[in-house]
Amino acid sequence: MTRLRQHIVIPGFGLTLGYTLSYLSLIVLIPLSALAVKGAGQPWAQFSDAVFDPRTLAAWRLTFGTALIASSINAFFGLIVAWTLVRYDFPGRRILDALIDVPFALPTAVSGIALTAIYSQNGWMGRRLQPLGIKAAFSPLGIVIALTFIGLPFIVRTVQPAVEDLDPAVEEAASLLGASRLTALRRVILPALQPALIAGFITAFARALGEYGSVIFISGNMPMKTEIASLLIVTKLEQFDYAGAAAIGLLMLVSSFVLLFLVNAGQWWSTRHFRRTA
Amino acid sequence: MTSSGRPTEPRQTEPAWMRNLFIGASVAFVGLLILLPVISVFTEAFRKGFSFYLASISDPLAMSALRLTLITAAVTLAANLVFGLAASWLIAKFSFPGRNVLLSLIDLPFAVSPVVSGLVFVLLFGAQGWFGQGRIGDFLSRHGIQIIFSTPGVILATIFVTFPFIARELIPLMQEQGADEEEAAVLLGASGWQTFRRVTLPNIRWALVYGVVLANARAMGEFGAVSVVSGHIRGRTNTLPLHVEILYNEYNFSAAFAVASLLALLALVTLVAKAALEWRIRAEERPAGMEDIA
Repeated sequence: MTRLRQHIVIPGFGLTLGYTLSYLSLIVLIPLSALAVKGAGQPWAQFSDAVFDPRTLAAWRLTFGTALIASSINAFFGLIVAWTLVRYDFPGRRILDALIDVPFALPTAVSGIALTAIYSQNGWMGRRLQPLGIKAAFSPLGIVIALTFIGLPFIVRTVQPAVEDLDPAVEEAASLLGASRLTALRRVILPALQPALIAGFITAFARALGEYGSVIFISGNMPMKTEIASLLIVTKLEQFDYAGAAAIGLLMLVSSFVLLFLVNAGQWWSTRHFRRTA
Repeated sequence: MTSSGRPTEPRQTEPAWMRNLFIGASVAFVGLLILLPVISVFTEAFRKGFSFYLASISDPLAMSALRLTLITAAVTLAANLVFGLAASWLIAKFSFPGRNVLLSLIDLPFAVSPVVSGLVFVLLFGAQGWFGQGRIGDFLSRHGIQIIFSTPGVILATIFVTFPFIARELIPLMQEQGADEEEAAVLLGASGWQTFRRVTLPNIRWALVYGVVLANARAMGEFGAVSVVSGHIRGRTNTLPLHVEILYNEYNFSAAFAVASLLALLALVTLVAKAALEWRIRAEERPAGMEDIA
């Protein structure tokens, strides 16, 4: 009943519907379908040449590998940071909390040159790593560092609300039943945080796959060695190989859509199965 | 993305050694990974002294980059603000088939990586693209309008990457607020525009500002998408982040960091504004929670 009445009473349905759909089509849908048509519309041989030649394969391996390592590092430390921020009070907690958002707000090119300055051999960290035989900048390790930097907020900001929502009764029950604090953390709390942790991990991973600005300065961009997939698109465009760029771009687009679909499906599933009766 | 005001009561807590270990690990990790780069932007920027810094940021090419960045952000925010208001009005006040699909479509640009966001416009307006040839292409070239490797391309790519920001803040809030107040206003004889301006807008103003602040940070700082469509024409299609890249690749490090420090400053201002707005929004939400008790 109320729904029916809304249609009649509040004005602007036609106007906002028309405007929203036109603007959405113009800015998002038509450009994305141009990529889909251009990428998928080429002969298979040409597509597979662009996507599976040795240089591109090396870039895929590097991109997925570094993204996986960086998201794993973030899952571990991000969980600790989220837990610490919610559960403990200590001087500087608010500042630590605010710092987590820096990678969201700092332009990626700025992060890129700053990280490069720190980890190149004369830099504050590079100087210290050099004697240990560790080359951070201009190596895959540098890419991992950049991807860890940009991925951290995704994990922390996904896990933080889950820590806040933990049911105190469950923790109390564990302790009353004689579980040590460590056992409670491992057997009760960690499983409860798992859905959020996985969602944060996949989001950070998806973001890392497509990252460009913070990576290209620190990576050194050597073909076959430190060249990421995004950079390959730029290289192909500079050579006016639009079809090749579209092929790689389409594959990247599809992988991030699949990943984010997984996150949404997972969240839908876990809210249905674990919804707390508040 | 909300940060908690105060730690939850420690109901069951870890032994002190463990607590200190967690705090120490968190501080060390975030300090090394995030704080250090922020500090280094400013130390590198002032490495050659204050006068070099001033010269770098007042250089004519830096100024033209700043101008393009400001123009791009202004157009982008205006366009996405109008869209955000229209889309949230549509989704929050009306019920219609396909509403959830529409919601997902609005979020789509978040899933597209920066370089691909630029790529789609190069493919669309490039020499062999749908709008690069044919009737639209002819029209554009007849009127001397260049999209790619020109300012319109930079603006389009920026609109694309910031597309969901404002709509995303407004939609859940307006859904929560429902349509009762607007219905009352309309029944009392207010016009649609009056209802929007006098009833809806005051209810959503802080979320609106919040969305604009976040979108602005991304619009001014976007690199990958803009880099692909701009063509890197100095003094014409360079935004501040692209100018940083050019200076850096010319080994003009101190100047690159000087310009970068402006962007870092923008990021810090954004974070402070974001925290202040979150505090503000929480303060306004509190009285609304009273209804639950009644």
